[in-house]
Amino acid sequence: MSGTAVPMVRAERVRKSFGQHVALREVSLTVVPGEVTCLIGPSGSGKTTFLRCINHLEQISGGRLEVDGELVGYREHRGRIRELRPRDIARKRREIGMVFQRFNLFPHLTALENIIEAPVRVRAERRSEAVERGRALLARVGLADRAGAYPAELSGGQQQRVAIARALAMRPKLMLFDEPTSALDPELVGEVLEIMRQLATEGMTMIVVTHELGFARQAADTVVFMDAGRVVEVGPPATLLTAPTHERTRAFLSKVL
Amino acid sequence: MTTADASPPPRGATTPATDPTPAADPALATDPALATDPAPAPAAGAAPGTGVGVDVDAVPLRHPGRWAAGVAIGVLAAMGVHSLVTNRNFQWGTVGDYLFAEPVLRGLWATVYLTVIAMAIGIVGGIVLAILRMSPNPVVAGAAWLYIWFFRGTPLLVQILFWSFIGALYPRLSLGIPFGPSFVSGDANHIVPLFAAAVLGLGLNEAAYMAEIVRAGINGVDAGQTEAASALGMSRALTLRRIVLPQAMRTIIPPTGNETISMLKTTSLVSVISYNELLNATRLIYARNFQTIPLLIVAALWYLALTSVLTVGQHQLERRFARGTLARVGERR
Repeated sequence: MSGTAVPMVRAERVRKSFGQHVALREVSLTVVPGEVTCLIGPSGSGKTTFLRCINHLEQISGGRLEVDGELVGYREHRGRIRELRPRDIARKRREIGMVFQRFNLFPHLTALENIIEAPVRVRAERRSEAVERGRALLARVGLADRAGAYPAELSGGQQQRVAIARALAMRPKLMLFDEPTSALDPELVGEVLEIMRQLATEGMTMIVVTHELGFARQAADTVVFMDAGRVVEVGPPATLLTAPTHERTRAFLSKVL
Repeated sequence: MTTADASPPPRGATTPATDPTPAADPALATDPALATDPAPAPAAGAAPGTGVGVDVDAVPLRHPGRWAAGVAIGVLAAMGVHSLVTNRNFQWGTVGDYLFAEPVLRGLWATVYLTVIAMAIGIVGGIVLAILRMSPNPVVAGAAWLYIWFFRGTPLLVQILFWSFIGALYPRLSLGIPFGPSFVSGDANHIVPLFAAAVLGLGLNEAAYMAEIVRAGINGVDAGQTEAASALGMSRALTLRRIVLPQAMRTIIPPTGNETISMLKTTSLVSVISYNELLNATRLIYARNFQTIPLLIVAALWYLALTSVLTVGQHQLERRFARGTLARVGERR
């Protein structure tokens, strides 16, 4: 229904400050449905903060932020912007999957239980159906045989794959990845990126905060370079990563590559 | 974590170096046993000559200090047992006569009942108070703080006495709609308020302590857990019930077990308001027959028996709630 006309995410001069500290200064960005956007930049540049604003884990201080044509965390009523009730915020979050740097799997639940928890409790899916789908998702991330394992019994890469399956179980229309491979041992990074690449080819809209420029080059449709709370440069990976226009981007890439 | 599922346990890793392949098979076969119970490995290492050929055959270090301490404690224990047997003032025969006497068993039942009810009030009240204390509403949080401040700040004995004399403050107690009709009404000094005084005194005080235990448990759960639940669209209440509290249980249960064991003994305080629990039951008997020491021993034996049962129960509960923790994986290695 929404079609391609409505952007999945539209940020207009979004500001965010924590007390005195300004994390985001006027970030404007549009994410088209079905595309993969990679946010890159030095630490402290506001990439993660911006990502967390998109599903309202952080509340923006200024500007306008829309997901699929609807304001994040607010509603408009007679020309006034009003805060949403927690219930409505939660309802909107169901449609946005998030994968964390530190996995944040529920340690007291098995891999399968982690995946079916929200579908059963939040979306009121029947347990048997949720289990069936959970197993299919586990198979999709290559962990069909680890359904009964607790997170502590899984490697970092396996945990992150379960976390991706958990987010997908809610059938999100947008997936956010917050440095999904930064907490992994180098040899485990590949298995997680492989799953993400698959997702991208299946047409999932993804916003990925990452330091993996190789992944950005291969999988991203758009790369966004951020620095000091601003979007410095936006472009397709081929252009931005090889021939950046801005000096700041060039300096960053020369250090990372 | 990574080594655990990538390669066999350490034992398997050392065998190929000394033994050719045939030996590797039985070693692998015993792996599950080693994984679930780490005890056999050190035991085999400690006893020289047993175990497989790769064990180090060394003269064990001697520990004369341990032997000296063991002998000293053994002597003291022998003295204690000797006095228990020979000192006639213990009057073990009288202890035996009263251990299963009907009034004692009734008192014992009252103690168990009181402990269960008081702890139930304490745990439920503690969880509610802990949640109120973390409320974003400052009035609600302040009220919870005030409650904890008051009930932890006055002696339990004073609180129990206060509840027992509540009849002086409110001669009639009734249950009903506030400022509306009452369904049940009765004389405050009737027998039920005596039990109520005991339960309220113990339970409301316990709630204040449990609140702090629950709050520490909840605060101990990683903030990432709440974020992950929020990101999945779970509400605050659902997150608390399904994600945070089960994890907090791991840190809440050991001190709660201690509180329960402590409560079992603390119920003896309500003997001051003549509630007929275990201690009061024995006191009533020795007030008549002057067999003070044997009857106190009867009470002590029952308290010991009950706390022993509770200790076992606490251990079982801790194991139940330890699932999915690193400690469990540690066991498997």
